[in-house]
Amino acid sequence: MKYIDEYRDKDIVQGLAKEIASISKKPIKLMEVCGGHTMSIQKFGIPGLLPETVELISGPGCPVCVTSRGYIDKAIAYSRREDVIITTYGDLIRVPGSTSTLEKERANGANIQVVYSIMDALMIAKKNRRKKVVFLGIGFETTAPSSAAGILQAKIAGLFNFSVFSAHKVMPPAMSALIDEGVKINGYIGPGHVSTITGKGIYEDIPRKYGLGVVISGFEPVDLMQTILMLVRQIENNDPKVEIQYTRAVKPEGNVKAQQMLDEVFEPGDDWWRGLGILKDSGLKIRKEYEVHDAEKAVGDVEVEPLIEPKGCICGLVLKGLKKPKDCALFAKACTPLSPVGSCMVSSEGACQAYYLYNRN
Amino acid sequence: MCLSIPAKIEKIEGDLAICSVGESFYKASLQLLSGEKLSPGDFVLIHTGFAIQKLDLEEAEASLSAFDEFKKLNIEMDDEEKKNDTHLI
Ligand code: SF4
Repeated sequence: MKYIDEYRDKDIVQGLAKEIASISKKPIKLMEVCGGHTMSIQKFGIPGLLPETVELISGPGCPVCVTSRGYIDKAIAYSRREDVIITTYGDLIRVPGSTSTLEKERANGANIQVVYSIMDALMIAKKNRRKKVVFLGIGFETTAPSSAAGILQAKIAGLFNFSVFSAHKVMPPAMSALIDEGVKINGYIGPGHVSTITGKGIYEDIPRKYGLGVVISGFEPVDLMQTILMLVRQIENNDPKVEIQYTRAVKPEGNVKAQQMLDEVFEPGDDWWRGLGILKDSGLKIRKEYEVHDAEKAVGDVEVEPLIEPKGCICGLVLKGLKKPKDCALFAKACTPLSPVGSCMVSSEGACQAYYLYNRN
Repeated sequence: MCLSIPAKIEKIEGDLAICSVGESFYKASLQLLSGEKLSPGDFVLIHTGFAIQKLDLEEAEASLSAFDEFKKLNIEMDDEEKKNDTHLI
């Protein structure tokens, strides 16, 4: 397929691997922030192409993984109300809450509908005017603009029965928090699709404050290998900076229109991340002007069951790059994609699922 | 969640585009790209039903041709490794 196959060329990948091997001297750890990168890296066997000096570790960039169990529990509580229809991307349906999942609630009769786009959720709201239609908004800067567009559309169309339960998050506070906590890395493989929206400016603090480089990367093997080469060069030359490898999709200024829509609908607020706890201004909260479309205001109070975290799951440490999935005693035993214990196994971008599928042994 | 695929615009109807990826067709809202000039034949990245960025085809071609250098490097180094019976990686 055009603009995919060319970036999987074996000779180019091997050539990049040789160049990396010949210039890499210092032992380094590079963190891929984005869950999509974790998947590609494992799927294409990138670690096997790198010299011993270069180690890759996964970070906190899988939205389902970092979302709290309390969020799922609250979505489940909403779904138990007769007057509510839950609409969600497929990713969330099997994520374990404290005692249930949305999938189980649906089997028990809750009205939970999987949608491909928030636009489908708006259609459901239009056809079910007497119901409150709640859309579960999770995801980083890549996904949040579509939620903003949905809310703006709902306002224009007068769909007052439509609301978003937002757990949207932004990436930079988590990237800083990891370094502040003392996680030892030498550079970031920057999230490609987040950056199509944000541009490169949001990462400038990382070289400035911490002396670490960020290279915004595409998702194919050639992209990832070139990104690693760029980071190795920066490190060997002691020249940390923000660079874009994924130039075909990421403009330095990002997608300005999407940024404006985000800013119109959302404001920054503190948010909780699995593994990292509460980070200042790391979440996107719906502004007061749009509160009729904010599920937490529009649906009213619900009784949420007490939070129970799964025993033995070390997903929080995996998301910080401190442990690998294989370090978890439950990995590939009690915890598999078919019966996931923690969110890092259930999400198609979770590190535990990536290792399970491509690097189990 | 952050996955996104390059898709070719086949047809534009208002702020919706019909796009193709290989043999499959997808609808994508163009609301997030309303400032861009878009026409059939352009490639966009689609994410959760929205086109989030237009692919810069000149950049794509330029970066692909820059990779030829690594292709050559691979072949040269393979030859050298064979000659000296050594392995770099
Ligand atoms: S393998 Fe399962 S239980 Fe272990 S850390 Fe990963 S998600 Fe948690």
